[in-house]
Formats: sequence, C-alpha cells, structure tokens
Amino acid sequence: MAKRRVIPGFGLSMGFSITYLSLIILIPLAALFIKAAGLGWAEWWNLLTTPRVIAATKLTFGASAAAASVSMVMGLLVTWVLVRYDFPGRRLLDAMVDLPFALPTAVAGITLTQIYAPNGWIGQYISQCASWIQTNYQPGGWLGGQVEDLAAKGAAYSPIGVFIALTFIGFPFVVRTLQPVMEDLGAEIEEAAATLGANRWIVFRRVILPLLVPALITGFTLAFARAIGEYGSVIFISGNLPMKTEILPLLIVAQLEQFKYEAAAVIASAMLLVSFALLFLINLLQRRLDWQHR
Amino acid sequence: MALRPSTTESPLVRRILISTALLVLSLFLLLPLTAVFAEALRRGWEVFLASLHDEVALSAIHLTLMAAAISVPLNTLFGVSAAWLITKYRFKGRAFLLSLIDLPFAVSPVIAGLVWVMIFGSKGWLPPTAMAEALAPAARLIASLAEYDGFGWLLADLAAWLADPKIVFAFPGIVIATVFVTFPFVARELIPLMESQGSDQEEAAVTLGARGWQIFLRVTLPNIKWGLFYGVLLCNARAMGEFGAVSVVSGHIRGETNTLPLHIEVLYNEYQFSAAFACATLLAFLAIVTLGMKSLVEHLSGHQSSGHK
Repeated sequence: MAKRRVIPGFGLSMGFSITYLSLIILIPLAALFIKAAGLGWAEWWNLLTTPRVIAATKLTFGASAAAASVSMVMGLLVTWVLVRYDFPGRRLLDAMVDLPFALPTAVAGITLTQIYAPNGWIGQYISQCASWIQTNYQPGGWLGGQVEDLAAKGAAYSPIGVFIALTFIGFPFVVRTLQPVMEDLGAEIEEAAATLGANRWIVFRRVILPLLVPALITGFTLAFARAIGEYGSVIFISGNLPMKTEILPLLIVAQLEQFKYEAAAVIASAMLLVSFALLFLINLLQRRLDWQHR
Repeated sequence: MALRPSTTESPLVRRILISTALLVLSLFLLLPLTAVFAEALRRGWEVFLASLHDEVALSAIHLTLMAAAISVPLNTLFGVSAAWLITKYRFKGRAFLLSLIDLPFAVSPVIAGLVWVMIFGSKGWLPPTAMAEALAPAARLIASLAEYDGFGWLLADLAAWLADPKIVFAFPGIVIATVFVTFPFVARELIPLMESQGSDQEEAAVTLGARGWQIFLRVTLPNIKWGLFYGVLLCNARAMGEFGAVSVVSGHIRGETNTLPLHIEVLYNEYQFSAAFACATLLAFLAIVTLGMKSLVEHLSGHQSSGHK
C-alpha cells in the first residue's frame, strides 16, 4: 500500500459495508441465479419461449420503450421550462416533479386506474372520443379494434394503460438527469451562434440539443430500466389478462403462486441479466456525461 | 422597447412552452394526487374515518410502521458507513463497490421479494423445517427461561417464533424485503454530498488529535446532517410504500402480514374504493411531506440534490 490512510475507520467501515452488502444483496441474488442455473440451457430455452412469456416480454419491453420515449420528450419540455424561465409557481412545480418517486406505487396504480377508467376524470373523455370515432367513421382492422377497446374501457385495462403507468413512473428520471446538464450550459455558445446569424430554433437544434443528447439518452435508459421492473403501478391499470396485458413481473408472481419456483427463477434471472446490462450502459453513459461536464 | 437578448425566446413562444409544461404537469401529476383525496372523501368524512379506524387497517398501519422502524435504521447505518468508505478512502474496487450499491435500483421489486423466497421458502436453501431443526435447542432454552417471570412476555414470543421459525410469509420476510428495496437510498444521497465536501476538515481534525468517532460526530455529521436527513426521509417513504417486494413475501394474511400498501390492494380488489383511497391518503400525505421536506432541505443547505431515485 503506497499511501497511508490518514482518516481512521477504514477497517470498520469496509468490514461493515461489505458484510451488510453481501448478506442483503449479493448472497440473495446469487441464490436466485444458482437456483435458475440448476436447470440446463434446454430448460431455460423452453421456459423462456412459451407463448405467455413471449407475449409478456413484448408488452413489457414495448410499453417501457414507448413510455421512456414519451417521458424523454415531456421531460425535455418540462426541464427547459423549469431551468430557463421564471414564472410564479416554478419552485412548486420543481418539487412536484419528484411525486412519482415519492408516491407509493400501489397508490399511483389505483389512482391512475380510477382516472383513466371509462367513468374516470380523463377516461370518460377518451371513451366518448373513441365512441364518436366509432359511430362516425367505423374504422375496421387493427385501428378499429383499438378504438373499440378505448370506447369500452377508457384508457385502462389495456396496453395503453400499462404505457400510461410506466410514463408516470419514468418521467422524473429524465427531468432529474437533464436538469443539472441544462443548468450548466453556458450562454456563450448560444450568443456566438446568434451573432453568426442563427435564429432561435437553429440554435436549439444545432447547438443546444446536441449537448443534451448524452443526458437525454441516460434519462431514457434510467426510465426504461425502471419501467421494465415496475409492478405496483401497473398491475391495477393493466387488467392482467394473460397473453394480452400481463407484464413480466406479474408473470413471475403468477408462477410463484402456482409453486413453479424454477420457472419464476429463470424468468427473474433473465430479467435481471437484461437489467444489469442496462445498468452497465447507464454507468458508461454517466461517465461520459461527467467527463463532458468537466 | 428594449431589444430581446439573443439567448432567449420570444414572449409568445415562452408563454406557449410554459403553458404546455403546466398543462402536462397538472394533468399528469397534480390530477392523480387530487384524485386520491377526492376518491377518499367521495362518500363523506364518516366513511373516511371509519375506514381508517377499522381494526384490519390499524394492524396494517402498525405492521408498516414496525417494518420501517427496523429497516430504515439498518440502511441508515449502512449508508453512513458506505459513504464514509467510498468518499474518505481510495482503494481497489472502489468503483465496483459503488456500482454494487446501486444494484437494487436495477432489480424489479418482485425479484427483490423472490430472492428471499428462494432462500427461506419451503423449497429454498434454508426451509422452515431445517431452520426449526437447527434452532430447536435454542427454542427449548428460551421456552424454559420464559417460564420464569420477568421477561416472560418478551421471551414467550421469541420462543414461539423459534419453535416455528418462519421468515418468508411472516413479519421477518417483510422486513428483509423492505431492507433490500430501500438499501441504496441513504448511501446514494450521502456519497455525492460527502464527495463534494472533501476530506480537508477531517484531516485537520486528525492533526489536532481527534479520535475516529469524535471526527465523525463533531466534524462530518454537522456537515452532512441535512443530506442524511433527506436520505433517511426518502428511505422511509419507500419503506412504508413498498408494494411489489413485500407482496411476494408477505403471504397476504389479513390483519397479520398485510402492510398498508397490501391492505389498499385488498380493499381495492374487493371494490371498497372509498376505504382503499382513505388508506391511500395516508401514504399520499407521506409523499407530500417527503417532497416538502426535500424543498426545505435544499433551501436550508443550499445544495441541489443531484441524482435519480
């Protein structure tokens, strides 16, 4: 060891931190992977390619990607307004952004369901709108089916409901990732672009947006990673129909309730591997971001 | 009329952007929050109060408070220790340790519950039968001690648990699932704060002859108290509101292993909407207090909490 440690407490904090981390996080996760690894590759493949798992995977990843994308656009707008403009209620709004972090997922779940159900505050208008389209245009095919669904159930109990819940959950991640980066943008480059004749839109498109891209991607990935594992806020609004509106975490619970521990362990391990890959990606992006910051 | 600076938008664009953002946030955030209280009071105050005074609801509240009272201090202890380790020293594997602390954020709540079932469930590594066998001597000892008076009431409970040591689908399972899920909160709040403050003051304290705990209590703690307070608050909010992980390990026994969020689920699924939302107002209120405290702490400490949780 080259450098002597000046501040005392290295051994104690190292010992306690590592022991606690191992007992609470590492050993339990290892138990899950060992349980899942006990089955061979063929078993894994069989369990992961059942139609129900494939349908749940498509819904989970599709709705999460859509929700993270919408969160990214909404987040960009909200962050811009919060950072750049001063208006009454700005501080309150800034505090409100964190609501989805602080509100327990079960509460968010039942509330969103209540709002978007066919007789809910927003759901009734969605439902009326869809009925109107149905009676006036009678569209057929895929779109017609969607409209019919919306007319009957509002935005709840469908993949759209899953998407709404996941957007609610993911939105603050984008704002909180983007905010520090936007606050640190200097005015100089914008002034320079303006003196060179660029109008406001071109400055935004060509000068500001490129600087925000790394933060936007990080925010997207964080929202996406959180959405994949989300459970509480989704299960109420989704309606939980196997093959149709069942998400992966719910599928794990369903396996567990039927005492299919191996299947639950395999699906969970596969999900964890994807999440860890995403976490790794986020760390890389974050490092890029920090580096760019300096 | 003054010329508009070249680095801002025209008043019209500005107004449009602000109103759109306000609309999005009110429809998306304010409306759900309002809906919780509106739904809870839809059938009047009496129904609202009655649903909170219900015996099952009270036992759910008690259980939630107990689980938080155990898991939050544990994770606070870890958070302080890990933040001290990460920010005061440079060692091999430091960056890796930092990623490990973040790991629970990437784990679905359902999986956070599942891992404990894999260990302590009937088909796990340490099933209740094996635990009962291993703990049988201790159970006998405690049971015989419990027969003498004094600590009888305390030991009797312990003896009963040792005779049938259930972890999953019982209170201990709820606690460890909560600990898993709330694991990173305090550490994540403290690490950036302590990193930005550096170690100069602690080093100065060392040269002046201060001992380890003295340095922590007299130098570090006053500097980090607001960050620590907010980290604990966040950890607590999540601990009391955790649903997925606790739902997997609790076993859903009414009045026994249902925490407040699980009780809300049961009520909602039984179409007792007013009662479900009445219980939800307690948790929504907790969320509002947490957010308010956050703004207050930022105001008091002048530090902008960075980070994504």
